[in-house]
Amino acid sequence: MKKKSLAQQILGAPYILWSALFVIVPLVIVVYYAFTDAEGAFTLANVAKLREYKEVFMISIEYSFIATVICLLVSYPFAYLMSRKKGATQRIMMMLVMLPMWMNLLIRTYSWMNILEKNGLINNFLGLFGIEPLKMIGTPGAVIFGMIYNYIPYMILPIYTVMSKIDVSVLEAAEDLGSNSFSKLRRIILPMSMPGVISGFTMVFVPSVSTFYISQKLGGKIMLIGDAIEKQIQSLYNYNLGAALSLVLMVMILICMALMKKFAGDSNDGLIM
Amino acid sequence: MKKTFCALFAVCLMMTAGMTSCGEKNITLENPSGTYSQEYAGTTLNVFNWGEYISDGSEGSFDTNAAFEALTGIKVNYMNFESNEAMYAKLKSGAVSYDIVIPSDYMIERLIKEDMVQKLDFSKIDNYKYIDDEYRDLYFDPTNEYSVPYSVGMVGLIYNTTMVEGTPDSWGIMWDAKYADNILTFNNPRDAFAIAQFLLGIDINSTDHAAWDAAAAKLKEQNAVLQARVMDEVFNKMEGENAAIAPYYAGDYLTMADNNPDLAFVYPKEGTNIFVDSLCIPKNAQNYEAALMYINFMLEPEVALANAEYICYASPNTAVIENTEYELYGNEILYPAEDAKPKTQYYHDIDVETRSYYEKLWEDILLDD
Repeated sequence: MKKKSLAQQILGAPYILWSALFVIVPLVIVVYYAFTDAEGAFTLANVAKLREYKEVFMISIEYSFIATVICLLVSYPFAYLMSRKKGATQRIMMMLVMLPMWMNLLIRTYSWMNILEKNGLINNFLGLFGIEPLKMIGTPGAVIFGMIYNYIPYMILPIYTVMSKIDVSVLEAAEDLGSNSFSKLRRIILPMSMPGVISGFTMVFVPSVSTFYISQKLGGKIMLIGDAIEKQIQSLYNYNLGAALSLVLMVMILICMALMKKFAGDSNDGLIM
Repeated sequence: MKKTFCALFAVCLMMTAGMTSCGEKNITLENPSGTYSQEYAGTTLNVFNWGEYISDGSEGSFDTNAAFEALTGIKVNYMNFESNEAMYAKLKSGAVSYDIVIPSDYMIERLIKEDMVQKLDFSKIDNYKYIDDEYRDLYFDPTNEYSVPYSVGMVGLIYNTTMVEGTPDSWGIMWDAKYADNILTFNNPRDAFAIAQFLLGIDINSTDHAAWDAAAAKLKEQNAVLQARVMDEVFNKMEGENAAIAPYYAGDYLTMADNNPDLAFVYPKEGTNIFVDSLCIPKNAQNYEAALMYINFMLEPEVALANAEYICYASPNTAVIENTEYELYGNEILYPAEDAKPKTQYYHDIDVETRSYYEKLWEDILLDD
């Protein structure tokens, strides 16, 4: 590792101080709370209690994994198309991705609540044709949909970024050498866009697995880890169990990111996290 | 494009107008009944109140804090909290010093017990004379030394007459399988437990574990028919007919009924929870004298009227209750006649041990789902 110059050290100091204060210190506090009881004495009770939350963890992972995979399947072709378009078309496509993000996540989710409700927009519309109302709100489908809707831009953008970096001449060369569309996709585009996919995967999976607002508004009684943590902190005032739950969530996310890094191999292009 | 925008804007306006149909007058304080000086002009008063719990000038309503500032030159630094417990945590941490807090009964009981609020100098609160006798000598402040009532509410059962048969009069309907997936309940342990406790005839302030166990068993039974546990989402769900039955506060029912006339309200026969939110001055207040002035100001007939009309909860202020121009004058839900009064019980501050016991039960109920 190269030794940093004095100037670099001085420029970096505020950032280091910031991270220490607002990242490292809070993490230490979380760990402290997770292993202590209300009186501050060391205990493993919080960690032992996590067993009761096994199911909550399982469905959180399941829903966010499904949401992430669907995001990927939808985003990949979209990002490819967007990267191959030019001028106004590309700008409009980008606009369509970004536009919903101008609104706050809370408002977007709240609006979906009205759309998916028993007596919401969709069911009212179906009612015009005499179709029985569908049960959407309060189902796992609604929660997964909420995750997809809210986080899909985080999948599209990194994939788009790496794809637009792929030189057209590389693709032309592949064609010259006799690649058909499928092998072009498999042997050129897919490997070259992998860093974007991995970064998109992480950026969708992480917020999905820790969300609580989406499940609260769209999920009825469905409880995810985020909800469990939020309940412990906000209404049950059990900071210790809340911290233990958060700790497990963080470890899970770290493992997931490490796995992703492994997939990514050496190439770090387009990796945001 | 411009036309679409205009249309959208109009829709938005209509929606907001619908949401706050209660209290839309602009008033400037004309005949203050108390005396206000500029003695503390230039100082700052930190006020900590529930969200949406003061007439704030929106929709052309009276702007309470601006009027106080104009009258006294004191700058009001107004902050919101979401729950008594959140307020308590902030106050306890001492990170910010508040001059006025407006918590509910049981929390005031705790604050007095823990010596976190101070006695008020009632010689400087002339307008206390307007407080109805019914809201004096309350259990949490039996000698009226620490608190001045601001707003009063009761929990009742809201139901949609097109979705529910007959006229329910019992909390029992919240367990009725006929309305499965159309029933909502509170998303906080104390209020959710209280319903089961009233139904089972158990004291809501019980410290007996067996009594809490019984209520918890009852709540677990309810899981099968519940659609969701909600707080503010209840407005959307009930107004939009996405659920048929929900317990909520009487004042909020009035707002909902404005938007959906099919909604009806009843105080169940088993009894219900009543709460009083009162103005208090914390021990570490920095601006005690200005705080007293603010309390007196809040009791001004005109100010109290504006706030009562804005919040739509019942007022403990006789100048409001007896004012025939009050939009909700004689409203039988907020001010039920003597013979129609429901059985009510206040929450009391529950000891830590019982609290953590029922919180654990609540967690089990949620995980059982």
